[in-house]
Amino acid sequence: MVPTNPGIPQSPHGPAPVRRRRFIEALLGSGFFLSAAAFFYPVLRFLIPPKESDMGSGSVIAAKTGDLKPNSGKIFRFGSRPGLLVRTTSGEYKAMSATCTHLACTVQYRDDTREVWCACHNGKYDVNGRNVSGPPPRPLEAFEVQVRGDEIFVRRRQES
Amino acid sequence: MATLQSKSPASFATRCLLAVAAGLLLSAAAHGQTKNSCLECHSILTDNLGVTEEKFSQDIHGQKGLTCASCHGGDPTSDDPEVAMGKKAGFKGKVTRTQIPQLCGSCHSDPAVMRKYNPGLRTDQLSQYHTSVHGKLLAKGDAKVAVCVDCHSVHDIRPPNDPRSTVYPLNVPVTCSRCHSDAERMKEYKIPTNQFAEYKKSVHHEALTVRGDLSAPTCVTCHGNHGATPPGASSVAAVCSTCHVFQAQLFDSSPHKAAFASAGLPGCVTCHSNHGILHPTDALIGTDDKSVCGQCHTEGDPGFIAANSIRDHLAQLATAIDRSDQILSTAESSGMEVSAAKLDLVQTRDTLTKARVTIHSVNVARVQQDIQPGLVAADKNYQAGKDALRERNYRRYGLGLSLIAIAIVITGLKMYLKQLQSGQNSQAT
Amino acid sequence: MGLFRKLYVWLDDRFGWNELLAPLRKKTVPVHRLSHWYFLGGITLFLFVIQVLTGILLLLYYRPGANEAFESVQHIMTRVKFGWLIRSIHSWSANLMVFTAFAHMFSVAFLKSYRKPRELTWLSGMILLFLVLGFGFSGYLLPWNTLAFFATKVGTEITGQVPIIGRPLMIFLRGGEEVTGATLTRFFGFHVAVLPGLATMLIGLHILLVQRFGISVPPKLEAEWLAKPQALREMKFFPNFALRELMAWYVALGVLGALAAIFPWDLGVKADPFVSAPAGIKPEWYFLFMFQTLKVIPSKVFSLDGEVLGVLAFGVAGAVWLLLPFIDTGRARRWVNALAVVALAYIIGMTIYGHFAK
Repeated sequence: MVPTNPGIPQSPHGPAPVRRRRFIEALLGSGFFLSAAAFFYPVLRFLIPPKESDMGSGSVIAAKTGDLKPNSGKIFRFGSRPGLLVRTTSGEYKAMSATCTHLACTVQYRDDTREVWCACHNGKYDVNGRNVSGPPPRPLEAFEVQVRGDEIFVRRRQES
Repeated sequence: MATLQSKSPASFATRCLLAVAAGLLLSAAAHGQTKNSCLECHSILTDNLGVTEEKFSQDIHGQKGLTCASCHGGDPTSDDPEVAMGKKAGFKGKVTRTQIPQLCGSCHSDPAVMRKYNPGLRTDQLSQYHTSVHGKLLAKGDAKVAVCVDCHSVHDIRPPNDPRSTVYPLNVPVTCSRCHSDAERMKEYKIPTNQFAEYKKSVHHEALTVRGDLSAPTCVTCHGNHGATPPGASSVAAVCSTCHVFQAQLFDSSPHKAAFASAGLPGCVTCHSNHGILHPTDALIGTDDKSVCGQCHTEGDPGFIAANSIRDHLAQLATAIDRSDQILSTAESSGMEVSAAKLDLVQTRDTLTKARVTIHSVNVARVQQDIQPGLVAADKNYQAGKDALRERNYRRYGLGLSLIAIAIVITGLKMYLKQLQSGQNSQAT
Repeated sequence: MGLFRKLYVWLDDRFGWNELLAPLRKKTVPVHRLSHWYFLGGITLFLFVIQVLTGILLLLYYRPGANEAFESVQHIMTRVKFGWLIRSIHSWSANLMVFTAFAHMFSVAFLKSYRKPRELTWLSGMILLFLVLGFGFSGYLLPWNTLAFFATKVGTEITGQVPIIGRPLMIFLRGGEEVTGATLTRFFGFHVAVLPGLATMLIGLHILLVQRFGISVPPKLEAEWLAKPQALREMKFFPNFALRELMAWYVALGVLGALAAIFPWDLGVKADPFVSAPAGIKPEWYFLFMFQTLKVIPSKVFSLDGEVLGVLAFGVAGAVWLLLPFIDTGRARRWVNALAVVALAYIIGMTIYGHFAK
């Protein structure tokens, strides 16, 4: 081998020049670092829990205890559909699906007639969701209500 | 009195023997009914004298223990046709059409009789029938009009809640149209025969046959069944309003009520038609040739202006909702989870539905009141869609960055390997 | 760099791994026309590691149980930051891993790497393949959506068709007579504890055996190289092949990221045991060839139940495939070659057929 000066480009079969080596090392190093960052950034953010962490047990807070006066109703979101929370004249809470079983309009509570009413075609249900008059063919699905502290929880009826 | 045609007493006897034998076998198979000797012969007769045991077993009267004699008279316990169809047994033979309503009514209008079988059944059918167009014409001597058996069938009468009954809600329009769509038959009465054809196009028919909604109106819902009479121009709106309450109330509070009444125009039907009630679209409102308002209102009058204004409001909300729907669909198909926003959009659509009812007040301000919150909601949905798309782009951007990082690593590795390899090769030499 | 060196020496003094790893430095990989197939095993291992990592991350938020499973996955997809990414990577990597596992298995079969002394490597690998399918089957149910629910129903139903042991096996899998929340709990246990434990042990064994006996070379080439030693070409495992493997792993990472970002995994609709099964329910693609086979077998074949026959046939085929190293000798070699080609063609063909069939 011809004696060489380090740093000067050599014949094709000689060791690579230092500058080239350094460049490759830099490239590799930065690449590893960037890809590691691209990997760790999402993982770290994933590990931090989101603010609204309550999604458990399929139960939803429909309202607070002060929200509803007796003989009134409120629409709340239940999963992907609307639900109706009714406070009867005796103060009891009843919850049911708010999707009318006739043509899927959203029902409402009428405090004058004390029943659940669908404005689209005059369908009527009682406060337990049973269809009593008009076109609806089936009752409204009833939900379970639990009052904990000052929050009113609503969830699907559990099969025992 | 009907008699069996026979060539000779011998063949007659043979026929009877055969009939009796068959009848005995049949009655052995029959499930404990009261003896009904009539069927033993008549079940093997063809032509219009034939009524099979099988057919009559479907009849509610047969199932309740009545026999042929209950309507036709005669003695069902005797196997001798002379006795069974004898005058002494009170045989009536074929009941004429004009006699039929009275015959049926002899039981069905008598609460004391009906109580024995079904106390819940009404007993006013005959009196209603007398007030109907069919009943009145029959009283005048026209035997071609409908009598009980034309709608309820005969010898295999099923209760109306039996899906095979001719008067089961799903079957009612077909039953009525058997006469009313027959142009030949209706010629002398000078009434149209397109009702069934029109009805088949309607939303009510669709509700009945496609959605299976038995509460959807059929012919008898608006016209009555036993007291069938077309509702008059002044009362047809009352019929519609039994279901379409809101629309009727709004109409009554609108200037149209008085205007239509004085022009002798029926409410509801004038714009929506009577039989061929199609699903109303927003195009129905307005002043172009597809809409109804322009048929009375002329350019420049307040109604004309209101119609166009209402049409514009509806179109505005419909467009806003479509826009939101589109963007949410785009977001969803690119993998974003937008179920919450889609639920909100459903609620927004409800506001449009409400507005489409409010138009019956023909009050622009009231319609606007319903449109406004809808527009706000639709805009919110649109923003949710935009947010979803923004998030999607952010993801793609992030992906791009990571792919660049990966590409750098791969390039670097390739170069490093080449360098390594040449280093190893040079060491080898 | 000096610091790293110091740390390395300090640790080596206390672990003594330098001596242990010495043979690894001498390890070589044969280089020939077909040596690209050697990457498949490593990629499968890489994907398994990805599964473990993403799986552990998902465990931080997933709640097993019919009431909460679907909602927790929905939560991960919509509320947890980058939850959609972790979950989608997990689902995509699962599918890719099944694919590379099968590809690895077939490449080994065609390259005949299972010859003596590597028979146990083949056996451990086959068991690993079954474990991977088990991972896929159990994991698929965990989001508790309609498709998964009914796919599990059908899959366990078919298991029940095996004679004698089928029914007890089905009840064991389902945690009862029917697919219920109990099934979900059980599958969760399999998926995060039982199967990973077994898989880790077997992977350890598998890799140990590969290290012990080195990489095999196809028979014809082996004979060639024995005759002409100078024709033998090979590369060092460390660092040459290892770096190449690293490149392949980075490519896999890129592919996974792209799939997860552009085609995030579906959430589906929450399972409701009381609705009827949607029409045309099909299992995941890696079970399609078996599913489709069972569909086309007539219900009665010579007075034997068609489905039972199908299940048994697959059992026999599986057993034969398992014992391939012991069958593939001398004259049987021709048959084995043909069998391998037929098996591959059959699986590919039936998978495609099953995908397009109604």
